[in-house]
Amino acid sequence: MKKNSKLKTQASLIIDIDYVSKLANLPLSNKEKALFKKQLKDVLSYISKLDEIDTNKVEPIAHIADLVNITRDDETSPSLSQEDALKNAPKIYNGFFEVDAIFEEQ
Amino acid sequence: MKNILDLTIRETSDLLSSRQLKAQELAQAFLESAHELNKKLNSFITICDDTALNQAKKVDKLIANGQKLNPLAGVPFGIKDLFSTKDIRTTAGSKVLENYVPVYNATSVERLKGADAVIVGKTNLDAWAHGSSGENSDYGPTCNPYDFSRVPGGSSSGSAVSVASGSSLAAMGTDTGGSIRLPASFCNVVGLKPTYGRVSRYGVIAMASSLDCIGHFTKTVYDNALVLDVTAGEDGLDSTCIFQKQDDFTSDIKKGVKNLKIGLPREYFEKLDQKIKQLILEAVKKLEKLGSNVDNISLPHTEYGVATYYIIQPSEVSSNLARYDGVRFGRTREQFGSEAKRRIILGTYTLSSGYYDEYYLKAMKVRRLIRNDFIKAFQKVDVIICPVSPTLPFRLGGKVNNPLQMYLADIFTVTANLAGVPSLAVPCGFINGIPVGMQIIGPDFSEKLLYQVGHTYEQETKWYERRPST
Repeated sequence: MKKNSKLKTQASLIIDIDYVSKLANLPLSNKEKALFKKQLKDVLSYISKLDEIDTNKVEPIAHIADLVNITRDDETSPSLSQEDALKNAPKIYNGFFEVDAIFEEQ
Repeated sequence: MKNILDLTIRETSDLLSSRQLKAQELAQAFLESAHELNKKLNSFITICDDTALNQAKKVDKLIANGQKLNPLAGVPFGIKDLFSTKDIRTTAGSKVLENYVPVYNATSVERLKGADAVIVGKTNLDAWAHGSSGENSDYGPTCNPYDFSRVPGGSSSGSAVSVASGSSLAAMGTDTGGSIRLPASFCNVVGLKPTYGRVSRYGVIAMASSLDCIGHFTKTVYDNALVLDVTAGEDGLDSTCIFQKQDDFTSDIKKGVKNLKIGLPREYFEKLDQKIKQLILEAVKKLEKLGSNVDNISLPHTEYGVATYYIIQPSEVSSNLARYDGVRFGRTREQFGSEAKRRIILGTYTLSSGYYDEYYLKAMKVRRLIRNDFIKAFQKVDVIICPVSPTLPFRLGGKVNNPLQMYLADIFTVTANLAGVPSLAVPCGFINGIPVGMQIIGPDFSEKLLYQVGHTYEQETKWYERRPST
């Protein structure tokens, strides 16, 4: 199979673990950051195996059975009650989910 | 009479309808077994005594009233703790959902209840279905009933073990990259990964949506078909689950394998335990003697399966797990275990700006080539037979510190998920008392044929009669 080197090799991989952790909204300890950075490199290096395959003329799979635009009829039907929807919420206020303030004070 | 815990669904159903056995006695026996064995095997996270006994009581009443019931009526089921069950805690094996009690049922659970099946409990799993060994559960690992020092396979570990050890008669599982077939093969039970879109995924906590399939475990192939009869079919709540003609999965099961064309893909017989290879080739010989024709074939992109899978799956995992923020239910994101964190980081990286084309899109192209391999093969043969795992069940703790080694345990199973085709894992013998399974893979929506082949082989060998000595 033709060599088509688009994926990066391990040596040239630049992983900004703080940025990825922020994107994922996933707080990590320093120990986890170091460990995951190494393991992420190992896995990405293994994945670079796919470089060996020329996929220039291959159409990516969007849906395995080629289904497109499946929609239901636009009719209302009963759904969860407010009480049920809030049943597992850790904090509620006047029938709403309560969350911490999103905007930081300047 | 046989030990009540060793019965098949078919035998149980006959005893119930002929009133030789009460559903309540049956439920009681399985609940006792579940409690007793859980101390050793840890296959259940929650055991539902009251729910089970009430459901069984209802079945006894219906039978006393002379009602004709589904063969699953009164059958004690284990449900992987990834399926939403109304009013029964559903943890996904993670501390994040330790206190989560769903307010609705998954479609498959709703259908089982409609058939009057009895829910014994919610089974243990690798948290979020991430794993091949069962060891990633936040509720402790499950043990293999044939050898307590070995893994039962994952991620549907508790489901496979509950059927193998006689604490449920059938169990539901999910298969995203082998999570039904691997534990089925490690525990001497039958496990089906159906065609993508055959069984509704609604209400099952999503792992990787383009790969997730809802299947189940049973002792025998016939029993397995009885369960699919109930769970399969169109569901307005899952847009991928549509347009299929509803088969009666047991109707042709005794037709045999005369003139059936079996393909052996050479890529699956190159790197594996030689004793496993030998057992599978012996199984194929049996089918050949019964009138089928065997041919060597090639699925050339097999070696790229795991690499493709470990782009697509974590990418979709990172997206699906984004909803767990502790606002509407469950706990906050710090509570994720290390495997979930690892996959969220990997998937977020491969989907991040500038990398999407290089990773996810590239993988979806290779996925097309993998699917084309299967489509081409099925122009030549009716079914493909290959191993489930290249090795015997490994030792507990053996791979926990090496994620990549753990991922490679799925080398022979991820391809069916990537291609979307159905695969039936069937027991094919033992090596030093440890079970081995094989896969029978067919084209889209060919489950009926897979059952026919699996049942024919099973009649010759009856490996399911060899129970673990728990």
